[in-house]
Amino acid sequence: MHERQPFRSAVLLLVWSWLLLLVLLPNLLVIAASFATRDPQDFLSLPLTLESYQRLINPLYLSVFTHSLYMAAMTTLLCLLIGYPFAWALSRVDKRWQTLLMILLIVPFWTNSLVRTYAIKLLLASNGLINNLLQSLGVIDAPITMLYTEGAVIAGLVYLLLPFMILPLYTVFEDLRDDLLQASHDLGAGRMATFVRVVIPLTLPGVIAGVLLVLLPAMGMFYVADVLGGAKNLLVGNVIKNQFLDARDWPFGAAASVLLTLAMALLILAHGLSRRRIGQEAVE
Amino acid sequence: MNRWLPRIYLMLVYALLYVPILVLVIYSFNDSRTGYRWGGLSLRWYQALFDNHAMVQAMWNSLWLALAAATVSTVIGGLTALALHRYQFRGKQALRGMLFVVMMSPEIVLAISLLALFLVVGVQLGFVSLLLAHVTFCLPFVVITVMARLSGLDERLMEAARDLGAGEFTTVRTILVPVMMPALLAGWLLGFTLSLDDVVVSTFVSGPSYEILPLRIYSMVRVGLKPEVNALGTLLLVFSLVMLVLSQFILMRNKQ
Repeated sequence: MHERQPFRSAVLLLVWSWLLLLVLLPNLLVIAASFATRDPQDFLSLPLTLESYQRLINPLYLSVFTHSLYMAAMTTLLCLLIGYPFAWALSRVDKRWQTLLMILLIVPFWTNSLVRTYAIKLLLASNGLINNLLQSLGVIDAPITMLYTEGAVIAGLVYLLLPFMILPLYTVFEDLRDDLLQASHDLGAGRMATFVRVVIPLTLPGVIAGVLLVLLPAMGMFYVADVLGGAKNLLVGNVIKNQFLDARDWPFGAAASVLLTLAMALLILAHGLSRRRIGQEAVE
Repeated sequence: MNRWLPRIYLMLVYALLYVPILVLVIYSFNDSRTGYRWGGLSLRWYQALFDNHAMVQAMWNSLWLALAAATVSTVIGGLTALALHRYQFRGKQALRGMLFVVMMSPEIVLAISLLALFLVVGVQLGFVSLLLAHVTFCLPFVVITVMARLSGLDERLMEAARDLGAGEFTTVRTILVPVMMPALLAGWLLGFTLSLDDVVVSTFVSGPSYEILPLRIYSMVRVGLKPEVNALGTLLLVFSLVMLVLSQFILMRNKQ
């Protein structure tokens, strides 16, 4: 086993250097940058400070963040409300159809999300399809303003992110065995009790994974807010982008990015815990 | 329970997902400049697209970038999957962890970390920075595709190769690479598509010297409605669908 293996060493060297140089080092740089002082010339300078984090909770940005968080939370909630029954129904479809339906679901993952955002704009614009249709049917006299609103941003985000909520939910519904539901029924539990005490706990890992895959991107996808939201409905992603690329305020952009990463870490932790709990219950 | 209700619900959600795309495709053939009323069939927006030199240049740039990014990420991703499947080494969990973090990170977090790196190290923003960034975000997807394939591998094949005196490189070349091939192809197609579609990371790490398609579309769709975008979007959709069908075909044919 321990003879010299030049091939093995070369592979490991390549893989490690790529990940250390292009994943670990950049992330360490961002963490370091978030504690630096802003400098108009060099972007960054000493001394180290918590100023950027303090500015995150400055009322001006705080209102942007809470609004962004609100839109992301609404997006996640809508995806969950639409996706949960959808994943359940999909997992109960005839196996012959499931492959096709699954492919139809991952098509969006393969198609350009910017183009799909634009497609939503086509529908919502004041001279767009929905307004034209309603006007020619005589339902409304003047176009309704749908574009450049909070609702438009949420609609766009739900449209783009729904498959990412459905996929993990589908996986847990696939594993949900009918005999567990039958057992719950045999033990005298009603439909509601079975749902609350059996189905929800067993599908919780899927819910958390879905939230993880929807909530964070919903805060970062700045182009959705740009195309559908106008100047008022900004996402955290827009703030990070503006601070980094336009205002050249690196420490602030870095601090916002570190916060997003921490949020991600928390959600991954919650997902791990929820899965472990189910594992233990299955053993008991 | 009514067995039709779930089916109707499924169809309704699929309709929601596909109607906007269909509308875009239909409007790409609309011969009308003003508003969004139907003005008859026409290919004028496709014509306009290919008459636009900057647009055609951006298309070529994006194609080259996607080719390069998909190829490099397939090579490195394939080797990473190989190492994770076959070798025991220190820090294996850390390696897995880093790939997982790249896959789960919001794109914008990845984007600013790479921009920070390129500016600190002094990499000129352009083709090279785009390539490094695209390979990095494609990598985990290639790795999981290939790992899935390797997990079904019959270990006796490897023992047989060792018994016949094959060295590590020969074993990998003659047994593992052919086994991994369908997954490598599927991973390549996915990487190609991801690279071609990326907006967020590219916004941060591209420079004026190398304009790519998604960023050009981005600047077009920020304000108003542009009929050329319908045509371009339709072309991109068809292209991605072909890639998806190809990759599913490759993976399924090899499963049998």
